[in-house]
Amino acid sequence: MKKRGEEIIRLEGATKYYHMGEVIVKAVDGIDISINKGDFVAVMGPSGSGKSTAMNLIGSLDMATKGHIFLDKEDISLLEESDLAQVRGKHIGFIFQQFNLIPTLTVKENIMLPMTLQNLDADEREERVQDLMKKMELQEREDHYPSQISGGQQQRVAIARSIANDPEVVLADEPTGNLDTKTGERVMDFLNKLNKEGKTIVMVTHDPDLAKKYADVVYWLVDGKVKKITRKKR
Amino acid sequence: MDYFVFSVRNLKRKGIRSWLTLLGILIGIAAVVSLITVGSGLKVAVNSQFGASSTEVITIQAGGTSFGPPGSGTVIPLTKQDAIAIEQLSSVELAIPRNIEVGKMEYNNIVQFGYAGSVVDGREKEIYELVGNIEAEYGRLLESGDFGKVMLGYSFYEGEKNGYEKDILPGKKVLIKDKSFEVVGIVKKQGSFILDSIVWIQDSDLENLIGYGDNVSLIVVKAKNKDSIDRAKEDIEKLLRNRRDVKIGEENFEVSTPEATLESVNSVLNGIQIFIIIIASISIFIGIIGIVNTMTTSVLERKKEIGIMKAIGAKNSQIFMQFFVESGMLGLIGGAIGIILGLLLGYVGIGAINSFLGSETQPQINFILILFSLIGSFLIGSIAGIFPAMQAAKQNPVEALRG
Repeated sequence: MKKRGEEIIRLEGATKYYHMGEVIVKAVDGIDISINKGDFVAVMGPSGSGKSTAMNLIGSLDMATKGHIFLDKEDISLLEESDLAQVRGKHIGFIFQQFNLIPTLTVKENIMLPMTLQNLDADEREERVQDLMKKMELQEREDHYPSQISGGQQQRVAIARSIANDPEVVLADEPTGNLDTKTGERVMDFLNKLNKEGKTIVMVTHDPDLAKKYADVVYWLVDGKVKKITRKKR
Repeated sequence: MDYFVFSVRNLKRKGIRSWLTLLGILIGIAAVVSLITVGSGLKVAVNSQFGASSTEVITIQAGGTSFGPPGSGTVIPLTKQDAIAIEQLSSVELAIPRNIEVGKMEYNNIVQFGYAGSVVDGREKEIYELVGNIEAEYGRLLESGDFGKVMLGYSFYEGEKNGYEKDILPGKKVLIKDKSFEVVGIVKKQGSFILDSIVWIQDSDLENLIGYGDNVSLIVVKAKNKDSIDRAKEDIEKLLRNRRDVKIGEENFEVSTPEATLESVNSVLNGIQIFIIIIASISIFIGIIGIVNTMTTSVLERKKEIGIMKAIGAKNSQIFMQFFVESGMLGLIGGAIGIILGLLLGYVGIGAINSFLGSETQPQINFILILFSLIGSFLIGSIAGIFPAMQAAKQNPVEALRG
């Protein structure tokens, strides 16, 4: 286990260009971001500012056109897609605005899926999934399908899934974007609880109040560049 | 990863459109299974029709190729004298003339048309031996001196099936061409349509009814032994060419050996089998295209799901396997339904053959065939799934997540 405060993710001049026909879109244009173990980081910015692309780079979901991305001192910008999948599966958890659960799997199976993909044995999966469902208060819903539960419950399933393989970092892309204020707060409380337990949280949001309330560090992105970094005093 | 559980879930949510694409595999496998189930049975059944007579038996019939303008090709019948001449040949042991005639028979005030076959007085035993295992089921066999009497094939016995609405038992009288004949016996079931529905009658009685004189329908010949059968055939052909004054290649008679007949029947059966196998292959090919289509659509529909899977750590190989196995399962389901359908068709087919030919063939369920069909249909499905599964695996996670 790394100690709180030690650097876990570092983006160095990370750049992502997209080709839109003849035009090259600079979604992220040479950003430097440093995230420490145990931080609650918010990435903010208006739509089109490149915050989602930045998060995809942080989460090794996307490969940078230029620049370097370090996870735990390892340069993951040099890895192949299959190795990146392993990195994501073991070290990073994703939470999406649209929940993104697999509709054909039950709550329990959805939470288990990342462990299944890492070939964990059945006993261990079962034990962990029970813990996670308890933690996210989902025991009553284990055999329900995503379509049978509320948005807030779905997002809690997504949170449970994101930490199934006990990753160091959890990335949340507008986690409350599809929820009403009250449900959203509940989801944020769960995320905050995870952060208090030592998980590094990176959250993309366009809601300044949310960032102010929960984040230790806020990166403000405009036009693919980091415009401002604000740090909360602990 | 439990690919099978996952693919079953995904198959459950497939629409009827996807299932329709399975028809190809289904028809293909059903055709193969029913073909093999019926095929072996059919061969046994057909062979039994001919196999009822022993293999030394040669049958001679007038007819064959005729030349000249239409209408001039009248058939010159064989005669009793021909039979006598043939029996003189050194390669021939027996030559018995027989007449098969069509006539009406009345019983229980019901009239039906059927076949009557003659036996030569004093040579009954030889005929029974030549034709096969002719034994009496009820009563006794038609014997020498049984004038005014007949023996009936098995299918005349049961009233429910014989069309006379009443069992015909030994001792009863039947009217053939309005003349009364006493039934002496019922022949044991032969499993051959022809033999089971013939009326056995003395030659002189039949001649009186029909008036064919010295003409005969066919001559049944027994060769000296099995090895001399071909020589006997040649000798007979030579003799008859002389007696009927025809050249080689212009024979107006036919000398057929059971082997040759069986061969021609089997070649027809083989032709049917090849035809069905071609249909099966085409169906399976169409089935493969259908599965490729379904799975490609499925990859597009589940693009977002693929993105999610990749985001939470699925490797390309795992995504590939998921679609690959799912496609194989699709093929397997098609194959399994096809096997059930094929077996049903096989049973129906055998039933039809049995009722048509009067045979008692059992359908042959081939478990190895079933096993191979199942494995085969899974393989066909998964091969069809390779391309779509590769499409799925190489999706870019970010793009896929956008759906």
